[in-house]
Amino acid sequence: MLSRVADSVFWMNRQIERAENVARAIETTLGLALEGTIEPGRLWNALVCAFGDQSDFWARHGLADQARVFDFLAFDPANPNSIYCCLQAARENARTVRDMISSPMWEEINKCYLSVRGASAARADFADPREFIDEIQRASQLITGATDGTMSHGEAWHFARMGRLVERADKTSRFLDVEHFFGGEEGAGRDPVRWSSVLESASALEMYRKQYGAVSRKDTVRFLVLDRAFPRAMHFCLVKAEESLLVITGGTKGTHSTPAEQQLGRLRATLDYADIDEILGDAQAGAPRGLHGWIDAFQARLNAANDAIHTTFFALRPVGTVAEAG
Amino acid sequence: MDLRSYATDGFWDELFDESLLPRPGAEQLVRRLAAFSHGELAARQRAADKSLLTMGITFNVYGHEAGTEKIWPFDIVPRVIDAHEWTTIERGLKQRIHALNLFIDDVYNQRRIVKDGVVPDWLVDSGKCFRGPCAGLTPPRGVWCHITGTDLVRGGDGCMYVLEDNLRTPSGVSYVLENREVMKRTFPQLFEGLRVRPVENYPEKLLAMLEYVAPPQSRDPTVVVLTPGIYNSAYFEHSFLARQMGVELVQGSDLVVVDRKVFMRTTRGLERVDVIYRRIDDDFLDPQVFRSDSVVGVPGLMDAYRAGNVALVNAPGTGIADDKAVYAYVPQIIRYYLGEDAILPNVPTFVCGEPDQCQHVLSKLEQLVVKPANESGGYGIVLGPRATRQQLDDCRDRIKANPRNFVAQPMLALSRVPTVVGDSLEGRHVDLRPFILYGEEIFVLPGGLTRVALVKGSLVVNSSQGGGSKDTWVVQRPNGDSPAAPTPSR
Repeated sequence: MLSRVADSVFWMNRQIERAENVARAIETTLGLALEGTIEPGRLWNALVCAFGDQSDFWARHGLADQARVFDFLAFDPANPNSIYCCLQAARENARTVRDMISSPMWEEINKCYLSVRGASAARADFADPREFIDEIQRASQLITGATDGTMSHGEAWHFARMGRLVERADKTSRFLDVEHFFGGEEGAGRDPVRWSSVLESASALEMYRKQYGAVSRKDTVRFLVLDRAFPRAMHFCLVKAEESLLVITGGTKGTHSTPAEQQLGRLRATLDYADIDEILGDAQAGAPRGLHGWIDAFQARLNAANDAIHTTFFALRPVGTVAEAG
Repeated sequence: MDLRSYATDGFWDELFDESLLPRPGAEQLVRRLAAFSHGELAARQRAADKSLLTMGITFNVYGHEAGTEKIWPFDIVPRVIDAHEWTTIERGLKQRIHALNLFIDDVYNQRRIVKDGVVPDWLVDSGKCFRGPCAGLTPPRGVWCHITGTDLVRGGDGCMYVLEDNLRTPSGVSYVLENREVMKRTFPQLFEGLRVRPVENYPEKLLAMLEYVAPPQSRDPTVVVLTPGIYNSAYFEHSFLARQMGVELVQGSDLVVVDRKVFMRTTRGLERVDVIYRRIDDDFLDPQVFRSDSVVGVPGLMDAYRAGNVALVNAPGTGIADDKAVYAYVPQIIRYYLGEDAILPNVPTFVCGEPDQCQHVLSKLEQLVVKPANESGGYGIVLGPRATRQQLDDCRDRIKANPRNFVAQPMLALSRVPTVVGDSLEGRHVDLRPFILYGEEIFVLPGGLTRVALVKGSLVVNSSQGGGSKDTWVVQRPNGDSPAAPTPSR
């Protein structure tokens, strides 16, 4: 398939997945806010930090409160990671690859964008954001369903899945970094309510309970990082993303012929053999940098894998021959 | 619904005659409309509008913010053409395209028609769309104008005239197909028992034609659609046609010319391309040959084309037959190449490039419609009877400055079709753009795009200027025998 088209399909799916994750994190934070155990300013500030857009937010809005953070994350046209911007970009990408995707997919993406645009226009009279948040999550899942159910599972579909999973792995890792967002506050790490909300942000609470029962820090990290069967766990995301990558390249697991296979395979292997105590950085395991340090390093390596995917597939230039022809 | 209050207001109506009886072919449609309950028409129109919004059937308007998409208004009352009349239209269009293709080939090669004095040499050489670099070329299979959209109008006399020929990159066919789809979704019962000629096979016909005109050495040719990108006004159509044909939709940056051959950049490296259905004007096709500032074209493309390694559809240079001054000579062109009279008449046209005709135009400006010879989309047209004194003076100055670039025609009383206004029907003016494919044979899509001026009294049907569209039905009458269609006046 065309490099440009592969690029658009990959990003279209990252953007839709991102919008869904932002929506789910907002929902979780709304729930925590109702409980009233955490000071609202800190709570909403932590949400902005989770998506890494804090400097932009602070520069333009200063103090964090529910109304400002919600508007920033949901509708702000100047925040490229707002739900509105993500879905607008996803739809633009869908338009450029309209000939590659199925009509049900296009119609769901288009409907979702139209509804966000409508909500954004009426944002001043937003009484309860929950309905809107629900709708975004439902729409994303409909789009994913339409993608799996109506598009051939060929090369384009694998690029779509890879985009979705790379994005999801990144977002799950950000939700896990909750202690850091609360400023490394003592005790936050032991608070089961906080960890329940992390699991909720990743739609993982029910599946977690089936496996571990009571919520604890260690098991939450174990589940969201290392689980092989839960679809939002980072390990699961990387295993499946690599599967798609290997279908695209025709390669074999454990070997590599492209930078993309090398980077993604290496990161997946790290998780294959990772140890929970190492991740948590407990002193006796001899890895003192702690959970935040581990997550930071993971995100950097995931970004490197993303860049390698870009170099391998999207930035193709027939060096030399073009210069001759052009 | 009470249709007795409908008024034709002295215009030719496509569904009703002067005594409000249905015209041939429209009987069943009218009967079904009349049986509508109160509010049903408006409800169906709303359902169709919603359907279009969800399907994302849009076009972009130039001169607005980049990427401003609009839904092209669709009116649910179809325009009906009796199959008997259609047969004549179809024959007329085939004849016209056959002759125009011979004309284009001639002016880029022997120029017999100029030497024989049938058309003046200035007409060809000063044509804005005449392309010197195409001289001496013959495209694969000898076809230049593979895809044409010919605009037809019916005058107050009930006769169908050719208004203009669009042979560069005519658009609108996707709306023909989508309009039919929307009608079937929202109005299934209207179709029941009616023999409406299908339009759904157009993409297959198009693909067959594109494969047929591939360079002879390419077995199993790779076809692509070349678009300027998502901000082009017809992007929806480009992606629609690529999807329907199952071929790649490419942008200029996806293509590269190596060793006089065209390739596309894919995730697995370079892949050879044999046929390009390009929706980019000649000017922007290849910055090495035409406009050097083009960013949507492909450097070296014309070189590959000249080497016979790729087919371009429509062939570069075809635009010379799109020129409205050339249009005025089409009846002579048909007679010259085919030895036949034109089956479909032209609208009487004054060519300002001819001094005596120019004089006539300047003296009768307030009665005429003046058109630039090389614009499309309805841009630059001055309707004499509706223009202000200032507009007429400006127009007169423009003609004097460059007479070659203008033609003038009498103002036509375009026919009307009942159109939904609230929950009732009012007449609105329409034209018709049938689509013609020239491959192994000439194929005319039954019906075509009916564009309707939605503003009361307006004659401007262009999508960019307040026009909408209707489904167009070529209907076979159940009893089969039909009176002769009005004979075109000569």
